[in-house]
Amino acid sequence: MSAGRVWVPALFAALAVYPFLPIAEANRGEQFTILFVYAILALGLNVVLGYTGLLHLGIAAFFGIGAYTVGVLTVPFFPFQQSFLVAAAVATTVSAAVGIATTAPILRLRGDYFALVTLGFGLITLYAIRNLDAITEGTKGLNPIEAGPLPGVPENVDLSGLRVNGEWGTRWYKYPYLYFLVLGTLGAVMLLLRNVERSRLGRAWVALREDELAASCMGLNPARLKLAAVALGAGLAGLAGAFYALALRTTGNPQAYDFTLSMIMVCCVILGGLGNRSGVLIGVLLLMGFDRIATNLLDNFIQERFDFGGKAYLKVSGWKLIIFGVVLIVMMRFRPEGLLPEARHQRELHPEADEGEDRVPEPGDTGQKAGS
Amino acid sequence: MLELFAQSDGAGGFGQYLLLGLVLGSLYALIALGYTMVYGIIELINFAHGDLFMLGAFLALQLADLWFKQVTGDTTGVLPVAALLVLMFVLTPLFCAGLNMGADRAFYKPLRNSPKLTVIVTAIGVSFIFMNLGLFWRGATPVKFPDLIPDTNLIPGSGLRVTWKDVMVVGVTVPVMLALTVFVKFTALGKAMRATAQNPTAAKLMGINADRVIAATFAIGGALAGVASVVYGLYIKSVDYQMGFQNGLYAFTAAVLGGIGNIPGAVLGGLVIGVVGELGKAYLGAKWSEALIFAILIVILLFRPTGLLGARTREKV
Repeated sequence: MSAGRVWVPALFAALAVYPFLPIAEANRGEQFTILFVYAILALGLNVVLGYTGLLHLGIAAFFGIGAYTVGVLTVPFFPFQQSFLVAAAVATTVSAAVGIATTAPILRLRGDYFALVTLGFGLITLYAIRNLDAITEGTKGLNPIEAGPLPGVPENVDLSGLRVNGEWGTRWYKYPYLYFLVLGTLGAVMLLLRNVERSRLGRAWVALREDELAASCMGLNPARLKLAAVALGAGLAGLAGAFYALALRTTGNPQAYDFTLSMIMVCCVILGGLGNRSGVLIGVLLLMGFDRIATNLLDNFIQERFDFGGKAYLKVSGWKLIIFGVVLIVMMRFRPEGLLPEARHQRELHPEADEGEDRVPEPGDTGQKAGS
Repeated sequence: MLELFAQSDGAGGFGQYLLLGLVLGSLYALIALGYTMVYGIIELINFAHGDLFMLGAFLALQLADLWFKQVTGDTTGVLPVAALLVLMFVLTPLFCAGLNMGADRAFYKPLRNSPKLTVIVTAIGVSFIFMNLGLFWRGATPVKFPDLIPDTNLIPGSGLRVTWKDVMVVGVTVPVMLALTVFVKFTALGKAMRATAQNPTAAKLMGINADRVIAATFAIGGALAGVASVVYGLYIKSVDYQMGFQNGLYAFTAAVLGGIGNIPGAVLGGLVIGVVGELGKAYLGAKWSEALIFAILIVILLFRPTGLLGARTREKV
C-alpha cells in the first residue's frame, strides 16, 4: 500500500499551482483554505482515534479553543494585539494543555464511557464559549481578527499580478498568502506525523490500540502514551482553529465548534482510512469538499438549468444529510476499513487476504513517502 | 424549549423546581430506557435513537392534523381529544418500533460481528438519514404541537403548581417503566434478552434465537421512543427536526450516568438529569444548566467509572 507515495505529493503540487491557473475562481481559494484547515483538524483527531484508538467525541472543542485563543490575542477589544505567529503558537499550546488537563483525570474510563465524557467536555466547552459573553462576545464571535503579517512578509503584499484572472478573494485581502500558508502547514503536519508514526512513540500508540493489556505487559505506560496522543491531537486541532479564525477574520458563530463538527471529523477519519494520513486527507477532501463546495455548485447548476423554486427537496443541499448517511452506511457495510486503509487494519478486517502470504508488514509500511 | 417552565405562578420555590425536574426527568428516563435496552444487548451507542424519537413526534403531529382537519374538525370536545390521544399512543409506538426494527434488519444486522466503531458510524449515518427525513416532513422551523391537555393547576393555593400535563407524564412513564421491568425480569423473552446480553454464544447454545431476541429489543426500544415522543410533544408543545439530537444526548447521558445497559440505572440517570437541570436553571441561570448536567456526569463518572448502578466489569484477558 504505497499509493500515497505518488498521489499525495501530486495533490499538494496541484493545489500549490491552482491559484495561478486560469480555471481558478475568485472565492474557491478561500473555500480550499477552509478544507486544508479541516484536514489539519482531522489529522489531529487521527492521532487520537486512528493511532491510539481512543474514541474522542469532543475534538471540535480544541478547534474552538484554538480559534478563540487567537481571537482573544488579536482583536482590538483586548489589550494583547499579538502577531499571528505568537497567537498560533499560544493557541496550539493552550489546546494541548487543555487536552492533557481534561484527559488526565479520565484515563481509567474505558470505551463508551471515555467517549461520553469527551463528548460532555466538548459540549461544556461550547456552552462556555456561548455564555462567557465578556470574553467571547457570545453568539456574535470575536472580530475583526487582525493578526498582522508574517514576520518577513510585507503587509499588503500584492500577489494579484501573479494570477491569470481574478482577485485572491474578498475576506482575507490582508493575508493573500494565507492559502499557501495553510497548505504549507498541512504539508508540514503530514511530514511531522509521518515521522511520529515511525518513531517509538507512534509504534507504542499502535501497540496500545491493538491490545492495551499486552502493551502494558511489555512495559509501555498506557497513561503517558494516551496523554501524549491527546496532547498532539489537541494541539493540531488548536492550530487548525487558529487558522480557521484567521481565514474567516472572526471566530464566527460558536455553532461552528459544536458536536456535529466532532462527529463529521470522526466520519472523515473513518471514511478515509483510520490511522492512515493520506486516507484522512482524502476523507476530508471528499466529505467536507462535498459539504462546503460541491453542494453549492450543484444547487446553482440545478437552479440555472431548471427553475424549481426554493423547495428543500429540490436542492442537493436539502439531501445533504441523507447523502452523508447513505455514504457512511454503504462504506461501513462494504469497506469498513475506509477508502485508503492502513495496511495493518486491512489485514485485521480481511484476514482471508493474508493466506498463503507470510510477509509481515513493517510498521509505517503505509505510504512511506506519503509526506508532502 | 425550557423557558416554558419559568412561568410557575409565583410558586417558584425549591419544591416546585424539584417537581418539574422529576417530571422532566421521568421523560428523559423514558427515552433513555429505549437507548439502554439496545445498548445492553448489542453494545451499540445508538445515535439514531433520538432521531427516531423525533420522527415519532412528527407522526403524532401528523395524526393530530389529520384528525382535526379531516375527521372531526372539533378541537375542544373531550371525546375526540381522548380518542386522538389513544390513537397517538397506539400508532406512534408501533411506527417507531417498526422503523427501529427495519433499521436493525437493514443496517445493523449485517454488521453483527464487525468492530464496534463500524457499527457506531453506521448509527451516525442512520441518524443523519432520519434527521433529513424529518426535515423533508416538517421543514426546518419548529412546529407547534396541538395543546390537548389542560394546563390548569390541580392544587391551587398550595404554593405548588401541578398540572394535568405533569400528571400525564408521570402517569404514562411510571407504568411503562414498571411494565418493562416486569417484562425483562419474568417473561421468557425478557429472560432470553438478559441471557443474550450476558453471553450471546452461550445463549445460542441454549437454544435462544439471538436474531429474534435482538429484533424484539429494537422493537421495544423503538416503541419506548414512540411513547416518549408523544409525551414530549404533549408536554413541551413544540417540535422540530433537530430535537432528536438534544434529547438523544440527554438520553445517552442518562443511560451512561446510571450504568449503561442497566434499566433501573437509566431511570435513575434520567431523574438525576431532570432534577439537576431544573435546579441548575433555577439557581444558576438557564444558560448554564446544560453545562452543569454534563459537569455532574463527568464528576460522577470520575468516582464511579461504570455509572451509578453499573456493575464493575472485569478486564477480559
